[in-house]
Amino acid sequence: MYGKKVKLRFLFLVLILFSVILSVFLILQSLKDNVVYFKSPSEIKSLLELDKKKIRVGGMVKMLSVSINSDEVNFVITDFKNEINVTYSGAVPNLFAEGKGVVAEGFLKDRNYFLATKILAKHDENYMPPEVKEALGVK
Amino acid sequence: MLANQLGYYSLIIGLLCSIYLCYVSIKDLNNTNRNVNPNIIILSFLQLTFVIISFLSLILSFINSDFSNEIVFNNSHTTKPLFYKITGTWGNHEGSLLLWLLVLTLFIFLFLIKSKEQPKKYRILTLLFQELIIIGFFLFIYMTSNPFNYLFPVPTEGLGLNPILQDPALAIHPPLLYLGYVGSSIIFSASLAAVTQNYISKEWGKHIKKWVLISWIFLTIGIMLGSIWAYYELGWGGFWFWDPVENVSLMPWLTLTALLHCILVLEKRGGLTSWVVILSITTFMLSMCGTFLVRSGILNSVHTFANDPARGIFILIFLFILIFLSLGIFFLFHKDNNKDPNNFFWLSKESSILVNNWFMMYFLSVVLIGTVYPIFLDVILAEKISVGAPFYQKLITPFLAPFLLFMAFGLKLKWIKSKIENKSSLIMFLIISIMLTFFILKNITTDLLFYTILISAAFFLFFTTLRELFLKKSNNISQTISHFGFSLLILSILFNGILTSEITTNIKVGERYVYSNGEIFFERIEKEKKSNFDSIVGYFKVTNNKGKVTKLNPEIRFYNQPVTITSEADIKTTLLVDKFLVMNIVKGNDYFNIRYQVKPFMLWIWISVLIISLGGLMGLRKKKYEK
Repeated sequence: MYGKKVKLRFLFLVLILFSVILSVFLILQSLKDNVVYFKSPSEIKSLLELDKKKIRVGGMVKMLSVSINSDEVNFVITDFKNEINVTYSGAVPNLFAEGKGVVAEGFLKDRNYFLATKILAKHDENYMPPEVKEALGVK
Repeated sequence: MLANQLGYYSLIIGLLCSIYLCYVSIKDLNNTNRNVNPNIIILSFLQLTFVIISFLSLILSFINSDFSNEIVFNNSHTTKPLFYKITGTWGNHEGSLLLWLLVLTLFIFLFLIKSKEQPKKYRILTLLFQELIIIGFFLFIYMTSNPFNYLFPVPTEGLGLNPILQDPALAIHPPLLYLGYVGSSIIFSASLAAVTQNYISKEWGKHIKKWVLISWIFLTIGIMLGSIWAYYELGWGGFWFWDPVENVSLMPWLTLTALLHCILVLEKRGGLTSWVVILSITTFMLSMCGTFLVRSGILNSVHTFANDPARGIFILIFLFILIFLSLGIFFLFHKDNNKDPNNFFWLSKESSILVNNWFMMYFLSVVLIGTVYPIFLDVILAEKISVGAPFYQKLITPFLAPFLLFMAFGLKLKWIKSKIENKSSLIMFLIISIMLTFFILKNITTDLLFYTILISAAFFLFFTTLRELFLKKSNNISQTISHFGFSLLILSILFNGILTSEITTNIKVGERYVYSNGEIFFERIEKEKKSNFDSIVGYFKVTNNKGKVTKLNPEIRFYNQPVTITSEADIKTTLLVDKFLVMNIVKGNDYFNIRYQVKPFMLWIWISVLIISLGGLMGLRKKKYEK
């Protein structure tokens, strides 16, 4: 009887351990594939090789750079040292405007051209995402 | 002015009440009298009353737009409608903490008067643990976030409430969510008290189950309201964004759901004692962590109001004290005093509940890692990353199918040892589900195999629970209803995800946009003036390929205080499908940016969450009936 109980406990522990290892492995594995990195235009300029993965670019929308036609919005993101051209088709948040902070998510085509799939909404006029603040060097 | 001071002083008196209450309780602990000293209940009532007075006077300051109060100045404005003046009370950090405190004191008072048949020492110890949390929050409010700070000279006008928070769903979302969050504090205190008294038993399980159910129901509905709000206010047309703040509310929900299932084992069989205690502690800790993450400003979202590092540090220290205290108590006092042999057959309700818990813990670790990993990476490597929806979907959806199947079987199993009854009907249901899914999906999706498995599993749960409900055979009707609701939820979410169609385009007034299934006509715009905002209303006619016309009038609002532009989506909801149109403006352009979505079964997502909570409600009712 005693032996059976110990055996059962042991089996149970092994099962738990196994499933924990499996799930941690799964989680870390897909974390590697699904993480989106944030880069400033200057960081993109200094990239050694272009990543095919989705990234986020943040900075200011350059003054007088926004142009809109019926299916896309084009603009330039700048961190006042370097800049990058962005093309985007999709919904633009209301607070998207020239001279304001912006975070765009999408794919790099080359070091000067970014194809955005999403522009992230912000919630008030004064709010600036910390990433953008840092990219602009504001303390 | 007066209300302000009244609020401040009653808060101080409230704290004094709590301290005195601790003193009286500790004295009463050694008293041999069988009943709890009646003064304790009176003191607990007084403590509650003073917090209520304090909260009411804060509301009064908001109603009167008393700008000598700092948070009224920061969050209110004379032109704001009365309703939002009132709800603005908890739309900010300080006020919402006061609400948190209010719920803490309310729950301990209710606990004291509702637990008369429980052992005296256990009741008093629960009170003491709860008072520890209450005093912690009192101090937190005093030291870092006093809602009654005085401003001089008194400003004539306030700064206004963030317009996206001016919304009916969001007005009741925080109180309900807090009832759920803070409700878990009672479970926490009670389980610690029960551990010290070696009272984790069937009787305790029966008694605490009600509290678990109550906070679970509130948490469920609270999360749903937040999700409804995000759906129509944030303008993305989705209902769950895997935003860190949403995840933070989902995590205690997952542990609470796991606890809800374990409590059944404890109640009926006296087993899983340690696990129940661990889950009770974890649930409350996750609620606290949620508060810490949201309040400290580490996470960026609508919920981060003002960021103050001192607040984060205070909660963090408080959190660590509670964690060490509870773990210490658990390891020192906990004894597995289960007299029944813990043996059960592999096919039994116990093992199915263990399986449920395995899934819950897996989902929890996915959400936890996805939420916390970016923070760690930022702190350690100073790298900015974000973890998006694909991560969660990829890790959670494959496990949903077995999870749903287990949900269907688990309901039918009996305690200790069980066998599967009605094998033939189960197999029949399974075949029907698969066939049905296959025929529905055949033409509409590319990922046929994956979705067929997933949706068949959901249909299977749907049919089996529906059958139980019709035959009224099952004696656990509340569980059946909740599981039925869950199957409906998964079905609605999946079909919604597969069938949603979306169009985004930039369009000028008077233009038509033709797409494969119809056309959108932007007729005209009209300008309107309201008390605290100006708005542009767009008049759209959407004609689908069957010639059916839907008129949609989305709105762009320009709030003056604070200066903010918001988009109000126009949603035409019918039983089967939601039509969602939102427009945005880009400064200095004639183009309006519009997003039109046809989203089937949206309404059913909310309905099914309500059905899930209804199951919980039935669980509460059944207990009284048994007595």
